[in-house]
Amino acid sequence: MMVELKQIYKSFGTLEVLKDVSLTIEKGEVLVIIGPSGSGKSTLLRCINQLEKINQGEIIVTGQVVARKHPGEKEFVLPLKQVYKLREKIGMVFQRFNLFPHMKAVRNVAEAPIHVAKVPKKEAYERACQMLKKVGLSDKEQAYPAHLSGGQQQRLAIARALAMEPEIMLFDEPTSALDPELVGEVLQVMKDLAKEGMTMAVVTHEMSFAKDVADRVIFMDEGRIVEQGTPQEIFGQPTQERTRTFLRKILN
Amino acid sequence: MNTFDFEIIIERFPIFLKATIPTIQLTLLAITFGTIIGLIIALMKISQKKPLMIIGTFYTWIFRGIPLLVQLFIIYYGLPSIGIEFSPREAAALGLSLCGGAYIAEIIRAGIQSIDKGQMEAAYSLGMSWEQAMFRVIIPQSLKRLIPPMGNEFITLLKDTSLVAVISMVELLRTAQTQASATFKPFEMYVTAGFIYLMLTTLFTILFNKLEERLALSE
Repeated sequence: MMVELKQIYKSFGTLEVLKDVSLTIEKGEVLVIIGPSGSGKSTLLRCINQLEKINQGEIIVTGQVVARKHPGEKEFVLPLKQVYKLREKIGMVFQRFNLFPHMKAVRNVAEAPIHVAKVPKKEAYERACQMLKKVGLSDKEQAYPAHLSGGQQQRLAIARALAMEPEIMLFDEPTSALDPELVGEVLQVMKDLAKEGMTMAVVTHEMSFAKDVADRVIFMDEGRIVEQGTPQEIFGQPTQERTRTFLRKILN
Repeated sequence: MNTFDFEIIIERFPIFLKATIPTIQLTLLAITFGTIIGLIIALMKISQKKPLMIIGTFYTWIFRGIPLLVQLFIIYYGLPSIGIEFSPREAAALGLSLCGGAYIAEIIRAGIQSIDKGQMEAAYSLGMSWEQAMFRVIIPQSLKRLIPPMGNEFITLLKDTSLVAVISMVELLRTAQTQASATFKPFEMYVTAGFIYLMLTTLFTILFNKLEERLALSE
């Protein structure tokens, strides 16, 4: 089991974003999370790598308890140093890329391996070049992010995350900020990654990706998991009315 | 009717130039230590640790809230009564650095906080610690935004060095004072001092504009 979430509750102030969410992600599984905006999908991903702290529930990543907060029990939260360590194993790709604008492409990729994983510089740069090649950016090694198209920037962001050799990749609406004609190239990189057996959790509005690539689809609404199943089940015969309504809206 | 006496200015100008050296030295000292203090205080203020935040906030509250002139009086005339004595030069450098540090801290804090939150999250997601994210990702990006307000602050510090004349440190304004009473030409002497200050601030302005241009090109 790669990730286990048990009865997660999370709120921002008085706004409850996650309500009693439980899910597991198996090793090598591609999990796609769909749902209307504001349904808590992104927050759910961000809880996995502790960019958000949960109010209640339990998170276990690769067998390690990250947080355990049950009412009436003693709270456990992973110490900060170990949270840093944990994040090395969890790659994340953001909607707005969040590349480092003051670094060239190759440096963006090599930065964390050098300073976090302590890989020797030369080796880190070699690996960075391989990663860039993998996402089709071999000719952009020396380019600054600002000089890349949106699709190239997002592929660079994927390369940057992969360079840390994560055990799981989290994608938070990776194509939502892209012009329609650039979506395909990013999804292709993600498909390739899935084919290699990478464990992935993907929040997306790209239903074709969910249909083609997902092993399992989760539909969330108003902070809860409404329904989950194989793509055939979710897209073919959803059991919940809310799922049907959402799919009707988004597929038309 | 008196006329403006250029000759006395030319005659005394070398003395003024000599007095400009301590003014420049003091400015550079204040900039250096003020920036170091400012960076430390800024990081304390934005850190997640409450005690550090409190110390940082307290520091700016004190050193930004009390007039620099009063601070200089306290350091130079006040502290000796509890056994801490400084030379005029030391007191001047200390006072300017402490006060400048408070303002620079605010500039750096604002610069750091102006960087998109996503940068910190991206750094974190790669396993970086807060310190690594700060020094490798956030601060390098904020440098460019810091240049204009820092230039302003450095010019203010340069001008504020004139305040230390009151604790009898020999610098530009103090020299103008002594020359004014020696020559009975206060107008000429103070205008000369003013002119040199103006030249120095102009030089600073040009330097910072150049720096800004160069940094703008690098992206």
